[in-house]
Amino acid sequence: MLDTTAFDLRRYIQGNTHSLGVWITLVALILFGLLRYENFGGAYNISSFLNYNAMFIVIAVGMCFVIMTGGIDLSVGSVAAFTSVVAAYLSPYGLQVALPGAVAAGIAIGGLNAFFVVVMRIPPFIATLATMLGAKGGALVISGAQTISIDWGSNFTKLGMEKAFGVLPWTIVITAIVCVGLWVLLEKTSLGRTVLAIGGGEDASVMMGLNVTRAKVLVYVISGGCAGMAGLFLASGFGAGQPLEGVGWELSAIASVVVGGTLLTGGMGSISATVAGALLLGLVFNILNFENGRGVISLSAYWQMVIRGAFLFVVIVFQSRVARSAKKGTI
Amino acid sequence: MPLRHHIMKGDEGMQHLIEMSGIKKSFAGVVALQNANLHIAPGEVHAIIGQNGAGKSTLIKILTGVYRRDAGEVTINGTPSTVSAPREAQDAGIATIYQELSLVPLRSVTENVMMGYEPRTRFGMIDWKAAHKRTREILDRFGINIDVKAQLGSFSTAIQQLVAIARAVSLNAQLVIMDEATSSLDDQEIEILFSVVRELKKEGVAVLYISHFLDELYQICDRVTIMRDGQTVGQHVIAETTKLGLISEMLGRDPEEIEAAGMTGLGGGEKATPGAPLFEAEHISTARGLKDVSLTVRKGEIVGLGGLLGSGRTETARALFGLDGLKSGHINSHGGAGQIGTPAEAIAAGVGFLTEDRKREGIVPHMTVRENMTLALLPKLKKMGRVDRKRETDLVERFITSLGIKTSGMEQPIRELSGGNQQKVLLARWLALEPEVLILDEPTRGVDVGAKFEIQSIIREYVDRGLGVLLISSEFEELVEGADRIVVLRDGASITELQNPGVTEESLIAAIAHHHAEAAA
Amino acid sequence: MTMDNNVVQNTPKSTGPKFDWSLVARNGGAIALLVILLFNVLVTPNFLHPQTLFVNISQVATIAIVAVGMTLVIATGGIDLSVGAIMALSGALAPLIFTSPFAEANPELGLALSIIVPIVVALACGVFNGALVSLLNVQPIVATLIFFISGRGIALVLTNGNLQTFTNPAFSYLGTGKILGFPFQGYLVLIIAVCVWWVMAYTVFGRQLLAVGGNERAAELSGVPVKRVKIGAYVICAGLSGLAGLIVVAINSASDAARIGNLMELDAIAAAVVGGTLLQGGKAPIFGAILGAVIIQLVKYTLLANGVADEVALIAKAGIIVLAVYVQQARKE
Repeated sequence: MLDTTAFDLRRYIQGNTHSLGVWITLVALILFGLLRYENFGGAYNISSFLNYNAMFIVIAVGMCFVIMTGGIDLSVGSVAAFTSVVAAYLSPYGLQVALPGAVAAGIAIGGLNAFFVVVMRIPPFIATLATMLGAKGGALVISGAQTISIDWGSNFTKLGMEKAFGVLPWTIVITAIVCVGLWVLLEKTSLGRTVLAIGGGEDASVMMGLNVTRAKVLVYVISGGCAGMAGLFLASGFGAGQPLEGVGWELSAIASVVVGGTLLTGGMGSISATVAGALLLGLVFNILNFENGRGVISLSAYWQMVIRGAFLFVVIVFQSRVARSAKKGTI
Repeated sequence: MPLRHHIMKGDEGMQHLIEMSGIKKSFAGVVALQNANLHIAPGEVHAIIGQNGAGKSTLIKILTGVYRRDAGEVTINGTPSTVSAPREAQDAGIATIYQELSLVPLRSVTENVMMGYEPRTRFGMIDWKAAHKRTREILDRFGINIDVKAQLGSFSTAIQQLVAIARAVSLNAQLVIMDEATSSLDDQEIEILFSVVRELKKEGVAVLYISHFLDELYQICDRVTIMRDGQTVGQHVIAETTKLGLISEMLGRDPEEIEAAGMTGLGGGEKATPGAPLFEAEHISTARGLKDVSLTVRKGEIVGLGGLLGSGRTETARALFGLDGLKSGHINSHGGAGQIGTPAEAIAAGVGFLTEDRKREGIVPHMTVRENMTLALLPKLKKMGRVDRKRETDLVERFITSLGIKTSGMEQPIRELSGGNQQKVLLARWLALEPEVLILDEPTRGVDVGAKFEIQSIIREYVDRGLGVLLISSEFEELVEGADRIVVLRDGASITELQNPGVTEESLIAAIAHHHAEAAA
Repeated sequence: MTMDNNVVQNTPKSTGPKFDWSLVARNGGAIALLVILLFNVLVTPNFLHPQTLFVNISQVATIAIVAVGMTLVIATGGIDLSVGAIMALSGALAPLIFTSPFAEANPELGLALSIIVPIVVALACGVFNGALVSLLNVQPIVATLIFFISGRGIALVLTNGNLQTFTNPAFSYLGTGKILGFPFQGYLVLIIAVCVWWVMAYTVFGRQLLAVGGNERAAELSGVPVKRVKIGAYVICAGLSGLAGLIVVAINSASDAARIGNLMELDAIAAAVVGGTLLQGGKAPIFGAILGAVIIQLVKYTLLANGVADEVALIAKAGIIVLAVYVQQARKE
């Protein structure tokens, strides 16, 4: 039975195969690393790699939620910079204050995004662009454009250094909890399904009587909260609140989501593939560092930007090829 | 035709499920509804008909809480309605299946049926197992057996419509509203839909049915409400009406007048001399599902493309216009240079294509009537890189007059025009190119009866002057009266050709059906 | 689904004794400009001094030039995040060329090459962006993300991250030259704006570009070469970005690949939006974009001149963007 509406949709449906690519590439890259570099599989490398990339993973997962509704959140990098300063200021009161404080600050900015998008009906791209500038300004104002050192005497330092149950750093454990929690929210709750439905067709979702407003507010709040969490990690990783950090993070987060096979138009998406996408982008650096370490080549840090862009290019071309051949195959 | 179980007489002495009376609604000062009424009895199939702009969809959107009424009464089961959002309508037992599907094709069938009402486990999580099971049960009631975990978009439009209905019923709807539900279904699918409607009726669920196809109403509806200019002008038991009577009430014109004029404006051409062939397709096939189509369009004739939805009519048009690459076969155009691989090359070869979907594939809403009309002509209006404004305005003015386009001026944005007038502008877009061959895909769909007649007359006029037309129409009337020859398609292949005069609606249907029967045998 | 589409919509809004807000909405940009100017005349010291004007013109020029290009891209329904990176690339290339031994030996040719080569490279980036968007159907945000990330990287690799300072009066004329007392780049902006406006208003390409943004499928079916038109928009935008990169370098007589055009994509998008460009495409108000750039520049200047910190200026910019789009949105409804 052929009909024209189904034609356009099949293409999206084939999008499912997108996620396959990221897993294959990730596994291939890990195998490559294991075979080529001695210390690649060592506990130290794994732990420090994950520790450093934790903030990018949380941001990417939050971004994934927004993108699934067909929106976008450009403010995450600035929000992380802002909340890293908040976390640094709160660090004397210990982690039990700094963590909720930083996340709450992120959620507040996420709420502002939601207000712009849902109530004022400003396109997400513009709304979050504005909060991006606003949060950046805010971070600079409250920090006086200085890095704010954390209180080394408080238990705040445990976050990045002490290992939970003696196995992995707390950062990684918290990241895992966040990812699993959001996965449950997406897969197992009505609200999560509404998020996907909105991306698949906002008008249709309204007509089905779903609470679209609530779900849209939720995604921006989640993204803000995740960025807040990333800010906390940032402060703990660098030992200071970093008002100038976070530039371009939104775009690497988008890149992670895209590499993970999620379409920017929304309606489909996977938390696990997004995490894989973030790991993949991080791994490119990691391997580059190892390669530099071998002394055969020596690439400056600037090359990493070029390679990252080239990598994104390859993935995009690959994805559009997959989409095209899948389209040909079924019709 | 099945027997109707219980036919409602009149209005008196029964509790209505829905009672809307004296509804008024205006948008920014423009009156859309004035004194509209609608009474629906429990368990009946009720039709609303009227021209575009008569206020049908506004009335329904007031019922479902999309719009707020300015004045008037709405009661549901005798109690005043407080519905002010689609969700509340759903909770009040009113479910709507819109023309543009109100489902999410990217998500699974189960999600689409259960969305917002998913069964939960003890921990408050969605119980997917139970959800799939319940969805399967609900669909079973309508005799649909599909993989509920698959994406809804991977099924045909008909199945998607039925899933929408299944959702409605699972929410204990007392009234299911179907807005142009059959417009994209083929005959078999329509039959499935109708049996579901009858099933609903048996279960005591009322159906409000909106359709442009009057024939359908006689098959399944009990009563009909007729609207004109924002008012309810009649309500009848459908068995007591005639098609002509309904049309005359819709138009507010005399039945005899309509009969004398003929039902379409395509007829009445001099069909004496078929001219030289302009355009020939020989055994073409494409990746989009065309297998083997051959046809010829000659100067000054209308060639109809007959067949069911999915038989390859639009696909043929797309191939001829260079939108889909040919896998085999070839197209000879006698009008112009060489190969047709893109729309631009087709246009250069003297072929035009008026698409079916006016909104998505036709108009550029921000642009003016002038800019829309000359969009395809731009390369020919080029004078040293710039657009020759003088020639452009002269030409646009000429077409506005000759096609009778109702607009406040050529600088009016096209989105502000009515559907029929938008269609005329698009027709002018192609006529201005002075093409040899014009492909018309459902040229009169979704325009009101008056504009329809005018558009048909314009087409006839140009054909008489030598234009070759390839006409795709779901209205057999239009094909039978208009076409000089009808090429019948089935499953992506041209199977026979009928020659006018001599074709009747019955013989056309027979040709299509016969070959279907043959295929089945 | 805001309105039943059967209803004729071209009726005037109810005009009572009430204040007509739509008038404000339609001329929002101009009114905002007037308010800022008035405020400055009254409050900012030395605002009416010619020097103030020159400073502002020379600074607004780069935003305005890029905003014109961005307007074209947005008019096709796309977006170009790579403008800042392309500025950095062309800005890094120019000094590399005219400080090379070859250019030292042939000053005229070297100067010409140092302007032509960076712009050609920028145009090539535009072809790349456009090709990804139109040939591979990559979403514009993603497609231009590639150069956003790697373009500046290439610039940094080329210069090894070093600040290149130079003295080359001929080249610096791009950024510091004056004609009749006004900065050279001010004239450049006007010439570019008039040319692009003319193209949009009177040429086939301009009309086709707006049609592509307004309804891509309809445009394609009407024989508009959609792919070529889209690539054209990205190429023009990239070329203008390259030119803007040269101007920045010329103003400073120094090239720092890490800083040239940083966050320019945001300024340019903001200017286009403040100027009335619809993000969904189909409209390209060129002079609106210039107006938007002027407003953004003036707000920045006003705050700085009155001792407000740079950081707060960012927040103000955010406010302007939200307000502009909100007004645009309200007008639509």
